[in-house]
Amino acid sequence: MAQLEEVSIEKFKHLVSERALTGETMLLNMGPQHPSTHGVLRLLLELDGEIVVNCIPDIGYLHTGIEKNMEAKTYQKAEVMTDRLDYMNTMGNNLAYVMAVEKLVGLDDVPVRAQALRVILVELQRIASHLVWLGAFGLDLAAMSVFLYCFRDRELILDIFELVSGQRMMTTYFRPGGVWRDVPVEFEKAVRDFLKIFPRRVDEYEKLMTKNPLFVDRLVGIGHLDKDVALQYGVTGPTLRASGVDWDLRKSRPYCGYEQYDFNVPIRTEGDTYARYLVRIDEFRESLKIIEQALNKLPMGPVRSENRKFVPPPRSEIGTSMEALIHHFKLWTEGFPAPKASVYSAVESPRGELGMYLEGDGGPKPHRIHLRTPSFDNLAVLPEIVKGHFVADLVAILASIDIVLGDIDR
Amino acid sequence: MDKKLEPIVKTIQEKFSAAYYEEFRDEVHLFVKPEQIVDTLTVLRDEYNFELLSALTATDYWPQTEPRFHVIYQLTSLAKNLSVQIRVPVSGDNPKLPTTTGVYAVANWRERELLDMFGIEIEGHPDPRRILMPDDTEGHPLRKDFPLGYEEPQFTFNFDEIDLRKPYAKE
Repeated sequence: MAQLEEVSIEKFKHLVSERALTGETMLLNMGPQHPSTHGVLRLLLELDGEIVVNCIPDIGYLHTGIEKNMEAKTYQKAEVMTDRLDYMNTMGNNLAYVMAVEKLVGLDDVPVRAQALRVILVELQRIASHLVWLGAFGLDLAAMSVFLYCFRDRELILDIFELVSGQRMMTTYFRPGGVWRDVPVEFEKAVRDFLKIFPRRVDEYEKLMTKNPLFVDRLVGIGHLDKDVALQYGVTGPTLRASGVDWDLRKSRPYCGYEQYDFNVPIRTEGDTYARYLVRIDEFRESLKIIEQALNKLPMGPVRSENRKFVPPPRSEIGTSMEALIHHFKLWTEGFPAPKASVYSAVESPRGELGMYLEGDGGPKPHRIHLRTPSFDNLAVLPEIVKGHFVADLVAILASIDIVLGDIDR
Repeated sequence: MDKKLEPIVKTIQEKFSAAYYEEFRDEVHLFVKPEQIVDTLTVLRDEYNFELLSALTATDYWPQTEPRFHVIYQLTSLAKNLSVQIRVPVSGDNPKLPTTTGVYAVANWRERELLDMFGIEIEGHPDPRRILMPDDTEGHPLRKDFPLGYEEPQFTFNFDEIDLRKPYAKE
């Protein structure tokens, strides 16, 4: 049993200003149970009247030790943990993970059909994630109806996910070497229907929000994030692009065949909350473009690599081929070994650079896996940009950097 | 190795003695000593446009003690579209590292994570508190000698392995 340590105020004095110690400013806890913190996040605020003097984020309430747990599982089984990481971007997390595994073991014959399917589903996921963000953003700014509309549309995407993987959220659909199984015949129609409906819906949201004077007044010029500060704090994704930095991994380091699709990367230079909103709204349209192109080009063929050392054989082969049976047995009992080396592989998630540092030790389990999650670094910049703003603006700023607590605490 | 990266690696090797590199799947891992890390990052940021510290983490090679940890700095250059990984071997007894918050502000939280998860002391850190685990946690979860939930039963096939980890269980 640990001895209870006597906590002294000395340890925490450096976090607040001198004025807090004399009682001139007030310390206020926002969260961990607060609807505007988008999860269990606690912000310790030092307030001068209604103005934020200091903001100290306290994270870790949702820490589940995913990195440690993944070390104890084989490469195939560790994948399910990535779903639980950033629950708004399950397909994207799967993609980041399987790409890291493929890079580590040198599995480079992923079929083109699987690549195209990955792109379609990841872009759908990006739209779904931005929809949740837009809904919650509206809710924080008292635009209640947007929330309901957004969740209505997100349901269409989750239905597509259920169609392909059997699960609405925890999909685990991408596997090292391809995808779990081919999509059903209804898939194409479902996506086409969505493509038909959704552009009109984006226009609807814009009508509700973009030029709404109440909305604009709350956002323009609030929470200015400078380009250099953003880079110093490792901010990535739409939050960085709203500050005028042209950096999107899909463009600069294309993976899964992103180079063959024609799309723009929305950039804004204002760097305020309104710019971050506009960038994400534009990303809806760009994602739709990518999905449409990928669906039109979707090639036929296998969806899994033929490399039996890493990819289990189809069920039909097991009954007739001795080798297939051996491979199946080895893969599901022991797993596949990975070399004693490390790789870093990153994809563009809806929130920014989602990186996986994966290190093998020669056996079937990872020696170390580190998840470089974008929300963690994006949140770290919050204290910098909220200083001098009202508490009500803090809510808007926090919503505009789009954090997911599962992504931060891992 | 990427052609654009070759001169950069060469300069670092000239500037900092004992720096060497390894390559795997087109990634360059540059090894430097703990006391050189701040200067290395400063040079890379100011002279070679590595604006972004993408990841800062560590890996534990326990029971090996010299070095026990590798601390990993993953750098990205947006202007040149390049990546390089700096690895710092850190000793197992009394692991220490100078802070790099002066070079990249993102290192603040990431170094707190190192302190929390690996127990690597960061010298000169502005806010050395645990970040994810509660303040009164004992031990450092991502170390390899920290058990995951339960104790593994000792059988003949894994007797030696567990014996190595728990010398006190001998009698």
